[in-house]
Amino acid sequence: MAVTRNADAVAPVRSSGAFSIWLTRHASTSLGALGRLSRQPFASLMIVLVIAVTLALPAAINVIVKNAQSVSATWNNALDFSVYLKADVPVSDAEELARLIGQRADVESVSLITADEALAEFKQQSGFGAALDQLNDNPLPHALVVRPSASNTSASMILLQEEIGNLPESDLVQVDTEWVQRFHAILDIVRQAIAIGAALLGIAIVVVIGNTIRLDIENRREEIEVTKLIGASNAFVRRPFLWTGFWYGLFGGAFALLLVEYGLFLLKGPVTRLAGLYQGNISVASLDLVESAAIVGVACFLGLFASWVTAARHMYRIEPR
Amino acid sequence: MIHLDNVTKRFPGGQEALAGLTLSVDKGEMVFVTGHSGAGKSTLLRLIALIDRPTSGQVIVDNQNTQRVKRRKIPAYRRQIGMVFQDHKLLYDRPVFDNVALPLIIAGVSHRDAGRRVRASLDQVGLLHKEKQRPQTLSAGEQQRVGIARAIVTRPKLLIADEPTGNLDPDLSLEVMRIFRRFNEVGVTLLIASHDIALIDRLGCRRIELEDGHLQEPQEEADQWQ
Repeated sequence: MAVTRNADAVAPVRSSGAFSIWLTRHASTSLGALGRLSRQPFASLMIVLVIAVTLALPAAINVIVKNAQSVSATWNNALDFSVYLKADVPVSDAEELARLIGQRADVESVSLITADEALAEFKQQSGFGAALDQLNDNPLPHALVVRPSASNTSASMILLQEEIGNLPESDLVQVDTEWVQRFHAILDIVRQAIAIGAALLGIAIVVVIGNTIRLDIENRREEIEVTKLIGASNAFVRRPFLWTGFWYGLFGGAFALLLVEYGLFLLKGPVTRLAGLYQGNISVASLDLVESAAIVGVACFLGLFASWVTAARHMYRIEPR
Repeated sequence: MIHLDNVTKRFPGGQEALAGLTLSVDKGEMVFVTGHSGAGKSTLLRLIALIDRPTSGQVIVDNQNTQRVKRRKIPAYRRQIGMVFQDHKLLYDRPVFDNVALPLIIAGVSHRDAGRRVRASLDQVGLLHKEKQRPQTLSAGEQQRVGIARAIVTRPKLLIADEPTGNLDPDLSLEVMRIFRRFNEVGVTLLIASHDIALIDRLGCRRIELEDGHLQEPQEEADQWQ
């Protein structure tokens, strides 16, 4: 208990402003915040789960839309189209034409629907059978149904359709791509909706984290007062709460990735079965590296932002009494 | 070291805690502030620690006019002063060592230096062997000594204490005062609020008596007694 002070020992503390001290200070604060979270595992897990589900929702819908787009992109190129021949083209010429077009490299197969077949089918399906019987002759032309080969691009598809349409025998080429375009338009709307929904959910995350941090600050009010009393700045007192927000974001983001990946894993089986039925080779694309990083990054940012706003608001109010 | 010039502190209710108080404490002095509760002792210390600001008048501490210390600079100002409280104000969620280290961590002292200084501080209050314990496992006297160790760990030139022996029995009180005395001997200026006049008289230090926010000369009081 001997007092060993001497003159130079009485000199006041000079803070050594080295970068390494700043770094160790942050490291110990971040670990401290992590330890605090781990001491209340259930409560922390709940918050992380809320963040994860909130993030996973738009991310998952985004992945589904992405997959739908990549699948439907190939539809354009493998779409059958119909070629209606001129009314005066005899059946023999139509058969010859079907054979010739079928030999093209960019065509997989051609089937001929003769005017008689078409009429019979129309009678059967339209229910106008009796009325059609009144007709003296068949008003329908022969038609070719062309199935392009899968190797076609959108551009070569258009070229193929034009070339066939320019043949002297052909009257009209009808491509039924409208519904594909409609489908793409719907996907665009869904995408837009996701963006709006994601923004709203982002606000929800900020509110959830902010509220948790606020409660945390209230619980530690006394500690904050004491530390301020012995000379802690607002920044010093705020730091652990910023780290808490960051950890919530990081774990919430990582957990969201797991949820999305697990969901895709569950979908993979049924999708492969469906693809098998269509003889297509559809593979389910999951989140790529950039998207994953973006989800976790956004989560961390939201956590930091929420805790910063909350801490800044409440820290000034808590002063030693 | 401390100079108050015509300081008045009026609370929102209109009640005056200090009324035109003028006093000085020299460097290296150990001065006691006495008076009834409500006489303005705590208010005086709060003005020095910049927990409150005077309604009028000037408080000058270590050549700094506290009026000119901006809100943002208050933390840095407080770090120059060691503070001891009647209720210790320790943090009960961490061991003694961490409590004492807190001012150093706030000041950004490197880990190695901090450890050395914390142990030196704890050694001076005789609690080196209890550094790993939690404050609640210590007696009131020991907790107060932890509070003192925390106040001196940054080696402040000025130490203020508000009723540091308020909750302690006479033996422990004397022990705490002896610790203060030793700091004083190495040049620390101390301003201690207390109402334990018997103890103060034993130490033979200067005494400032406050009454209703005014300075009351101890001499006068002595006359009254006779």
